[in-house]
This record gives sequence, C-alpha cells and structure tokens, in this order.
Amino acid sequence: MPEVTERSSVTLAVNGEQQRLRLDNRTTLLDALREQLGLIGAKKGCDHGQCGSCTVLLDGRRVKSCLIFAVAVSGSAVVSVEGLADRGNLRPLQQCFVDHDAFQCGYCTSGQLCSATGMLDEVRRGWPSVVTEDVAAAGPVRLTDEEIRERMSGNLCRCAAYPQIVAAIRATATAEVTR
Amino acid sequence: MRTFRYHRATDPAEAVRLVAGEPEAAYLGGGTNLVDQMKLSVQRPRLLVDVTRLPLGSVEPLPDGALRIGATVRNSDLAAHPVVRRDFPVLTRALLAAASGQLRNMATVGGNLLQRTRCVYFQDVGKPCNKREPGAGCSALDGQNRDLAILGWSPSCVATHPSDMAVALAALDARVEVLEPDGAREIPLTEFHRLPGDRPDRETTMAPGGLVTGVRIPALPYARRSTYRKARDRASFAFAVGSVAAVLDLDGDLVRDVRIAYGAVAHRPWRARLAEEALRGRPATVESFGLAADEELAAARPLPHNGFKVPLIRNLTVRTLADLAETAPR
Ligand SMILES: Cc1cc2nc3c(=O)[nH]c(=O)nc-3n(C[C@H](O)[C@H](O)[C@H](O)COP(=O)(O)OP(=O)(O)OC[C@H]3O[C@@H](n4cnc5c(N)ncnc54)[C@H](O)[C@@H]3O)c2cc1C
Ligand code: SF4
Ligand code: FES
Ligand code: FES
Repeated sequence: MPEVTERSSVTLAVNGEQQRLRLDNRTTLLDALREQLGLIGAKKGCDHGQCGSCTVLLDGRRVKSCLIFAVAVSGSAVVSVEGLADRGNLRPLQQCFVDHDAFQCGYCTSGQLCSATGMLDEVRRGWPSVVTEDVAAAGPVRLTDEEIRERMSGNLCRCAAYPQIVAAIRATATAEVTR
Repeated sequence: MRTFRYHRATDPAEAVRLVAGEPEAAYLGGGTNLVDQMKLSVQRPRLLVDVTRLPLGSVEPLPDGALRIGATVRNSDLAAHPVVRRDFPVLTRALLAAASGQLRNMATVGGNLLQRTRCVYFQDVGKPCNKREPGAGCSALDGQNRDLAILGWSPSCVATHPSDMAVALAALDARVEVLEPDGAREIPLTEFHRLPGDRPDRETTMAPGGLVTGVRIPALPYARRSTYRKARDRASFAFAVGSVAAVLDLDGDLVRDVRIAYGAVAHRPWRARLAEEALRGRPATVESFGLAADEELAAARPLPHNGFKVPLIRNLTVRTLADLAETAPR
C-alpha cells in the first residue's frame, strides 16, 4: 500500500500562474479557487453539477468545478473567468455579452462565459450535438440557435437572460467566421 | 463528507489490488456521479483510487470493423470520434443525449456504466432504501415512482439504470472487459447489470473490486442505420423518462434484422428480444413496429404512477423504427 493520506499537495496552473496548495482531499476545484485562491468569479450555485455556474476550463475543456476534487486534477491548467480577458481587454465573447445585455443579476455569467468559450471550441473542432441532423457527416457545424441552446443547456440562468445569451454567442461566432 | 485517502493509479492490476483489499474503497473516474453522492453521504468511501490516468484512454477501430473503447475515454471524446459517428451513430446520439457538455467532458465510459440510480429515495439518506441498506425497505414502491421501472423489477427495488450510453451499447451487443481480483474476463453488456431480485445492492455481475477496463463493440455493418430517441421532461439536460436505441437492417421492404433496447424502464438496459423476434421477416411498417412493441411490453408491470411509460415506449419504438426505415443506408 503506497503512502496515501487525507491531505495532499496540489499543483495547479491557474490563469497562467503556477499555484502550490496543501489541501484536504475533500476540497473541490471550485472551493480551491474560491476559498484558497480568492478567485470568486466561478460561482457556487447548486454544488451538484446541475446549474453550470461553477464552469471553468480545465486543460482547455469546459467542466463543472463543483464535481471535481482538486487533488484529482493536480498538474492541470485551469482558466476561470478571471483569466478570460486578454491583458485587461475583454475578449470578443465578453464584449458581445455586454453589447447584447446577456445578463441581469450576473450570477450565472462567469459560468456562461467559460462554458460558451469551451463550446465554441467544440464547434470549431466539428463536434456534433444531439440536435445535429446527421451526426455521421464530417465538416463544419452550422451554429443555429437550436444548436446554441442545446450546447449551452448545462448552464441555467435564473433571470432568464437566455435570448440575449444566445444572441451574444451567435454574434461572437458570426464575427469569428467573417473575420 | 467523510475524510478519505486518495491514490492516483497508473497500473490496472495495482488499482484492483487496492480496491479489493479495502472494503470501503472506490474507483474514481470523472467523479460526476461519485463526488455528487459523496456530498450527499450516499457513498462514504475511505479510499479513492483514481483510475483516470490508467492507460485505458483510447478508441481503437479493429481491422474486422469492431471497436475497442478504453474505460477512461471521456464521453464527449467518444461521441465525437469519427468512427463512432459513422459506424455506430446510435452510440454518438445516446452519449450526446445525456447530461451536459461540461459533464460529458469529465464522464468516463467505466463510470457511466457504473453510475448509480437516480431514484430520489436512494439519494436521500433519511429514507429507507434496500439498495443502500439491504433489508431497510423500499420507499419508492408506495411512494413517488413515476420515473421508475415497468419491467423486471422486484418488490425489493423498482429503480432504473440511468445511463443512456449503456442502452445504445446493449443494442450493439457490446461486451464489457473487466479486471477482477481473479483475472480478466468479458461480460456481455446485457448481462453486466443485474435485475434487483432480493439483492438490489448487488448491481453488476462483476466480482467485488472489479474494474471495468474497456468495452468492445463487435462489427455490425448495418449499424450505420441506427439511432437513439429519448423522451424527457424538458428538451435538454434531463434524465430519460423512457428511451429507445435501435439498429435496423432492411431487405427491400422487409426487416432482415433489427436490434432494439429500452432505457429508463428497468434495473438494466432492456434488450427487447421479443420485439426483435416479432419483426424479423416482417414488413417494415408502422403496424408491424407497433405489434412488435406490444409483444415486448406485454410483460410490463407498471407501478401506480408510471403507467404512461407503456404507451410512451410503444410510441418511441414505432417512431424510431419508422424514422430509420425512411433514412437511406449510408
Ligand atoms: C446533473 C447531471 C445530469 C446527468 N444527466 C445524465 C443523463 O441524462 N444521462 C446519463 O446517462 N447520465 C447523466 N448523468 C450522469 C453522468 O453521465 C455520470 O455521472 C457519468 O457518466 C459517470 O461517469 P464518471 O466517470 O464521472 O463516474 P464517477 O462518478 O467517477 O464514478 C461512478 C461510479 O463508477 C465507479 N467507477 C468509475 N470508473 C470505474 C471503472 N473503470 N471500473 C469500475 N467502477 C468504476 C465509481 O466507483 C462510482 O461508483 C448526469 C449527471 C449529472 C450530475
Ligand atoms: S426503488 Fe430501489 S433504489 Fe429506490 S428506494 Fe426502492 S430500493 Fe431504494
Ligand atoms: S455549482 Fe457546479 S453546476 Fe451548479
Ligand atoms: S443573469 Fe441572473 S442568473 Fe443569469
């Protein structure tokens, strides 16, 4: 039996900065970000994987940080909403959220932004969704509103800013294609 | 949550040795079910053996058209795999119909097969449940059972298996590769999950401590004509109320062969062998699809709140097969 204990040393690259933490194994990635590193952008909504407000990018993929023990992802790179902007300049997606009023209270917004970032990358890679008519067909995904809604369904918004969120994501994707 | 020790395994045999040697140990995959249930005290492991770094992360198409899928492949990667999309679209559709993008990015094949039931009483440690505590009684039998089983249940437990992926795999005659303390073996997916009987706490036919190392789907050229249809209470991001995976092979207007499996109706993915039997050699029409579903569902024993599942599954069967019959084979 190898030496294992109830606390662990965890290394994480968070928003480009190397962090070394000594954590109780029960600490989720969400709690590590909020409680240990003071990064309170990722929100705790349901704490059970159901609302998406804790979404961050883990090694480039969107995940729900409330269902991940930090110790299990030691060695990984995490980007939270605080790391999305580019040296203080809002990314096009963030600017589109502002331009389209894609939030009211803003509680879900960090998760929506991280999730949309990951989602747009999945679209770029040609991943189908369950509403894609022919999943076998290779080639680019046509990002209809139906596709955006299905792909963003893991993020709930209590204020029901959904139409504006869809518009913001659509605008970001359109700008990308025409750029 | 109880404190626990954590170990990141790199060798399957070591992982099995650790879990088999400690009664309160559990494998950790993506954690999307286990972490959730640890927060609810439904599972209280003392040792977590993280299996996500085991060398079981690849999807390998074999020369004969079969597919070998490692246990730690993430659900999103499997769904997007070009060979899965082309040769087994029913599997891609079942995976994409489940959970959300963020959860599929974490969930693993092994963890998906081993995820526990969503029966609300199982998840509420304040309520009696035979699956959590054998002999305690079943709160669902006379309680809220709208979402629960219509087939294969026993008075001990009426829970359903929640996985969408497993339903597609059942229709594809997949085999589960396991490593048990005594060695490796393969179990047909349709025999991997147990019906409850009087031991609903025993969920699989694996030996205690068994590790899922992979899944093998045998070649099935006609599976290019296959799909998955899921009924749920909202349009997306919800567990199935009922679902159908189907693979159809036509000979002109006749059904040459067919595979059908139902989800969210029983303790395991329900392979509809009676319906399949009733369809072979029959015309591929709405009438024969309906009669075949009736044949299968004659054995249904709905609970007080879920009688609607019988016509629901019948309609899903008819619609799914009719849609498949209309699509040209690729
Ligand atoms: C909000 C929400 C919605 C969801 N909706 C759906 C849905 O609609 N459809 C659906 O099918 N699923 C749904 N899921 C469930 C999700 O798909 C599962 O949680 C996931 O597939 C489990 O995989 P995992 O790798 O995260 O497993 P884990 O949580 O890591 O493990 C689950 C179980 O499997 C065991 N285990 C893990 N790996 C192995 C292995 N290799 N061998 C043996 N045992 C192992 C663990 O010990 C544990 O008991 C949902 C989950 C959430 C939180
Ligand atoms: S149906 Fe099964 S899981 Fe649900 S309360 Fe009864 S015994 Fe427990
Ligand atoms: S807090 Fe993580 S999904 Fe709700
Ligand atoms: S803006 Fe309030 S929850 Fe979405």
